[in-house]
Amino acid sequence: MLSIKNLHASVEGTPILKGINLEVKAGEVHAIMGPNGSGKSTLASVLAGREEYEVTEGEVSFKSKDLLDLSPEDRAREGVFLAFQYPVEIPGVSSTNFLRTAVNQVREYRGLEPLDAVKFLSLMKEKMKLVEIDQKLLSRSLNEGFSGGEKKRNEIFQMAMLEPTLSILDETDSGLDIDALRIVSNGVNQLKSDNNATIVVTHYQRLLDYIVPDFVHVLYNGKIVKSGTKELAMELEEKGYDWIKEEADKATV
Amino acid sequence: MSKDNQILEEFTSKEYEHGWSVNYEADEAPIGLNEEIIRWISAKKEEPQWLLDWRLKAFRAWEKMTEPEWANVHYPKIDLQKLRYYSAPKQSKKPKNLDEVDPELLQIYERLGISLNEQKRLQGIAVDAVLDSVSVGTTFKETLGKLGIIFCSFSEAVHNHPELVKKYLGSVVPMTDNYYAALNSAVFSDGSFCYIPKGVRCPMELSTYFRINAANTGQFERTLIVADEGSYCSYLEGCTAPQRDENQLHAAVVEIFAAKDAEVKYSTVQNWFPGDKEGKGGIFNFVTKRGICFGDNSKISWTQVETGSAVTWKYPSCILKGDNSIGEFYSVAVTNNYQQADTGTKMIHIGKNTKSRIVSKGISAGKSQNSYRGQVQVMKRAHNARNFSQCDSLLMGSKCGAHTFPYIDIQNSTAKVEHEATTSKIGEDQLFYCNQRGIATEDAVALIVNGYAKEVLNQLPMEFAVEAQKLLALTLEGSVG
Repeated sequence: MLSIKNLHASVEGTPILKGINLEVKAGEVHAIMGPNGSGKSTLASVLAGREEYEVTEGEVSFKSKDLLDLSPEDRAREGVFLAFQYPVEIPGVSSTNFLRTAVNQVREYRGLEPLDAVKFLSLMKEKMKLVEIDQKLLSRSLNEGFSGGEKKRNEIFQMAMLEPTLSILDETDSGLDIDALRIVSNGVNQLKSDNNATIVVTHYQRLLDYIVPDFVHVLYNGKIVKSGTKELAMELEEKGYDWIKEEADKATV
Repeated sequence: MSKDNQILEEFTSKEYEHGWSVNYEADEAPIGLNEEIIRWISAKKEEPQWLLDWRLKAFRAWEKMTEPEWANVHYPKIDLQKLRYYSAPKQSKKPKNLDEVDPELLQIYERLGISLNEQKRLQGIAVDAVLDSVSVGTTFKETLGKLGIIFCSFSEAVHNHPELVKKYLGSVVPMTDNYYAALNSAVFSDGSFCYIPKGVRCPMELSTYFRINAANTGQFERTLIVADEGSYCSYLEGCTAPQRDENQLHAAVVEIFAAKDAEVKYSTVQNWFPGDKEGKGGIFNFVTKRGICFGDNSKISWTQVETGSAVTWKYPSCILKGDNSIGEFYSVAVTNNYQQADTGTKMIHIGKNTKSRIVSKGISAGKSQNSYRGQVQVMKRAHNARNFSQCDSLLMGSKCGAHTFPYIDIQNSTAKVEHEATTSKIGEDQLFYCNQRGIATEDAVALIVNGYAKEVLNQLPMEFAVEAQKLLALTLEGSVG
């Protein structure tokens, strides 16, 4: 589904990603871990098409299309979803109105009829249960005055509504208490199927207790320096990142 | 950062939709401005002597006045001697009702999306359509007449209800109020007149649609709304003009009189031609709008959505004379390209327990300048006066400007006056967030801008709110790529 080859990217001339290689197949969950500043969030942003990040080398194909060639909105319409680490606030625009615009633009791209108000609301009702989100929250301005937990829940709710094929969760666990973490993970797990894939970007192993990854990759200094299974995450939790850094630094010398 | 700017610059290139004009045979005054012209206009309209005298008095006062220069707008001086002060489509005889109106003229309004014929039957809105200097037709006259409501062109009111016109004309905006109001008083050609009798709640929206068609012609219309005791009406005003290279002058006067317990809601969606991308052409919109809450417990509410005009210069105001009276001002002003707007309101608290509320939302894009100018005045005997003002500015790009000039003058120590102001920018973060959910950039801007202006748009009647939302999106379309 997703194939990243030798991806290099920089921000304002500073290289951040220095040759990422990653293959993600349908039905898989990949966790990207790594110390602060290793490039995890950059990778998520580059895949979603954020403009400040300049891709200097490499290629990314998504469902056999050149992902880097698509505009951010077309990537979304093709099925790439990014759950933001810091979702922005849009005053005066209700979540409902926002999502209806989004869902219908995605549908139009896919050649489907737009959903009318009734169908849209019933779809919303159905998906709301997944993340135990309150309808009152959805009639409020998007993310405005939401607590950290509400913002993240709303991200997963949007994911449920848009039914992406590739979901990238950027530090979705940050700022969540244990209950919110359980609810959010529960939502993600229910949305998992054989036809979609998930990339979980996280600093801590904690989230992976709930969303169990098939593969764990450690990002350091702009490269994936180690890949493994769930056990690798456990090891990192226990020993920290220093041993990985040492190993990687030795290899480059 | 540079990307941000580039995006926003590209977003500013949508052409003006109503820029077409129609050729019709016109009945025109000679170009120029002097007493003869005023007599000519008055004679053309078969006006009574008192009105001619009133015009001439205004003209003589105007001659001694000078054009004000305090507004934060810059424009080439208008040579008022080179303008034409009257232009009307020639009609063989005066139409008695809409069926007799020249179909070609009705078509102009059809093309603007205002079908006078259809409206007559379908929608709950009565329309007075003003083309250049004259009213071409008013709908729903009979229905309203049954309730005693008078809704007609100003000229008709002069002939059929002279006592009302005489009593209220110039009572809120005196003829010598300011340079352009004096000019208007001298040369005004038509406009709408509305009278709601005691205790009547007007069952439909009343609306005037102004269209400038002729070139080199100034539009000087007057609107006078009188709401008698305990009555209510909601009034809408819409405007467009063809796209021309020269600037055109629109200097209107609107007067609202609210008696005891009366309420008037006045909404404007102003979409005059704003000039092209280089700032060439466009309407100079120099308008005096004022309402007086004359009686106790009366209320006047102004809502305006300003998207057009090269230069806008207007301050819909409320004089809160009656005790417990309420004045409101809700405004969204969008400027793009080289547009300039200096707009706001005045709330003059005279009566006890008077309240006013000001919500102003400025949106600047391109190289435009957008100023809010507002005055809150609390007079000596206005015990317990309350005012709340909120002035927000939204900037798109880095070449535009937003300015706020609040004036506060309090002469009574029991007054409570609050002022809040914010300035924000449409962030790349917000746009990217929308993009990531599959929303195209232009739709994202429309969504964000409409969200920002929501508090004001909510004040508009339903049909207008939808139109205004589309207009906001259209005005800013092309300014983000």
